[in-house]
Amino acid sequence: MTTTHTVTAPDRGQVSKAAVRQDLPRRNRFKQGAGRQHHAGPFAYIALAVVGLGSLFPLYWTLVAASRTQDEVLDTTPPLLPGGNLFNNLDAAWEQASLGKAIVNTVIVSSSITLATLFFCTLAGYAFAKMRFKGRGALMTTVIATLTIPPQLSVVPLFMMMSDIGWGGQLESVIFPTLVSAFGVFFMRQYLLEALPYELIEAGRVDGANNLRIVWSIVLPVARPAMMVLGMLTFVQAWNDFFWPYLALNQQNPTLQVALGQLSASYVPDQSIVMAGALISTLPLLVVFVIFGKQIVGGIMSGAVKG
Amino acid sequence: MATTTPTRGAHGSRPSRRAPKPMTARRQAWRSRLWRFDDKASPYAYIAPFFLVFGAFGLYPLVYTGWIALHRVEMTGLDQMEWVGWENFANILQDSEFWTAVSNTFVIGVISTVPQLMIALGLAHLLNYKLRASTFWRTVILTPYATSVASAALVFALVFRADGGLLNWVLGFFGAGETNWANGHWSSNIAIAVIVIWRWTGYNTLIYLAAMQAVPSDLYEAASLDGASRWQQFRNVTIPSLRPTILFTIVISTIGSMQLFGEPLLLEGGQIGAQGGTEHQYETLSIYLYNYGWNLGHLGPAAAVAWAMLVLLLLIAGINWLIGRFVRKTAA
Repeated sequence: MTTTHTVTAPDRGQVSKAAVRQDLPRRNRFKQGAGRQHHAGPFAYIALAVVGLGSLFPLYWTLVAASRTQDEVLDTTPPLLPGGNLFNNLDAAWEQASLGKAIVNTVIVSSSITLATLFFCTLAGYAFAKMRFKGRGALMTTVIATLTIPPQLSVVPLFMMMSDIGWGGQLESVIFPTLVSAFGVFFMRQYLLEALPYELIEAGRVDGANNLRIVWSIVLPVARPAMMVLGMLTFVQAWNDFFWPYLALNQQNPTLQVALGQLSASYVPDQSIVMAGALISTLPLLVVFVIFGKQIVGGIMSGAVKG
Repeated sequence: MATTTPTRGAHGSRPSRRAPKPMTARRQAWRSRLWRFDDKASPYAYIAPFFLVFGAFGLYPLVYTGWIALHRVEMTGLDQMEWVGWENFANILQDSEFWTAVSNTFVIGVISTVPQLMIALGLAHLLNYKLRASTFWRTVILTPYATSVASAALVFALVFRADGGLLNWVLGFFGAGETNWANGHWSSNIAIAVIVIWRWTGYNTLIYLAAMQAVPSDLYEAASLDGASRWQQFRNVTIPSLRPTILFTIVISTIGSMQLFGEPLLLEGGQIGAQGGTEHQYETLSIYLYNYGWNLGHLGPAAAVAWAMLVLLLLIAGINWLIGRFVRKTAA
């Protein structure tokens, strides 16, 4: 693949930061990037296969353990093939951890967080990418800086606040703090910076559209591919979130991860049942991942380079 | 094609406004005032949700944490706050368990971040070759990212079990004796680091891969003309070009390792997990905070721990900044 390098050589000294940032949303750069002139030798494939096995094996073994009995799982010779106890364990996990309710809760939490994040982050990303206003630079810096604040720093008052306003143990206490994410704002801004030409906005203005109208009929259609990716990343994260939900929600009203944590914390947890719970909580995401894996991979590659 | 487009940075100039359509003078004045208001207010309206949410659920609680840290607040009566001054801080600073947690957090952070980023760099280099089924490999390597902390920690808890654990069973073939992974200080920290490495290596690999693909191939061509071997190209072209990305992943991983909670909590589970092991041998700062606030029910000291974490974070940020400056200086 001889790439189409009609480029005049850029200044060698400072390739990285600016160069990386500028061509973020150019999709085909993943297909014919620079430095890929060499074919991979057998060593590369062997190494990748080993790492790939290491990546997948724990997931496979979740299935193995979930389909065995506790005695088999804990045997001094651990089983390596699935057994026949899967449905018993699923049943037991379903009952012991009220997984039915947990699934409904998780779906509610993840989808409302995802929808809100998409909406607010696209708006904010558009404003930061294409609108001029006072304090834009400083505000954007603030947004990025908030990425570095761990949730641990604010959980104590958050817990008290939530119980104060009557959201203690309620799903609202998990949903509202994550309605919009700094990462999402940054991600959408990076995308729109390149993907949305000023000419398009100008054309809308000439036609007499106000700002909201421009957002609706110009920005949103252009932003759709990035919104897809951000949506999936947000959904995965919301589905898997553990720390704050574990503190905020109670046993009667858990998300899947919280239920799983409680299942394993019960007095004498049956490991095969715990693994069945883990399987239930992971399987939906694995399905999403198998279907949309390519887009998620591309999204992480385009969104995460912050330089 | 990687670097062709001319820059239009965030602060670049913007083309001029639209020409207003001919209208009656009064309507035009009204309309243009409306336009101007729309133009002035819209960007702020669009970014407002982020700052409202962050202010209410991020910044305000962060500051309020400091206030709570100076009070006695119990889980049993959240609305009763009693002023105790610096007592909470004094208590945690004199608690040897706190310092164990600090050192564990630091140790696990180092032994998970360093190998993880090095493996990721190597993997990204492999994936950067022309590769059959490259999307397949990328997806496989990223799969652990789709797993939750809880599931990952619970599977690895079985892998690291003392007797009948998968790892000891495998090690048994090599004649290694059984290790009680959760019991030792180093072994339990390694076990937790392995969970972290497993979940995040693929993610970092893709970040590096993206950065590698943005390196202009002219650099490689020039290097190979100069007779540089592949290894020399990797060392002298790839790594320097990736420096900002590497710094970024270091920052992100460091912040991530400050937060380790699910992995230690579920390594053994139950009451043992809530204390970070029978002897706190794998207790992290998040576990320490959780144990004080949610297990023992004393929110005041828990808030003090949160502020101690903030100080540590600023310390790490300062060190990062110093290293960054040093690296830039030696590079220049």
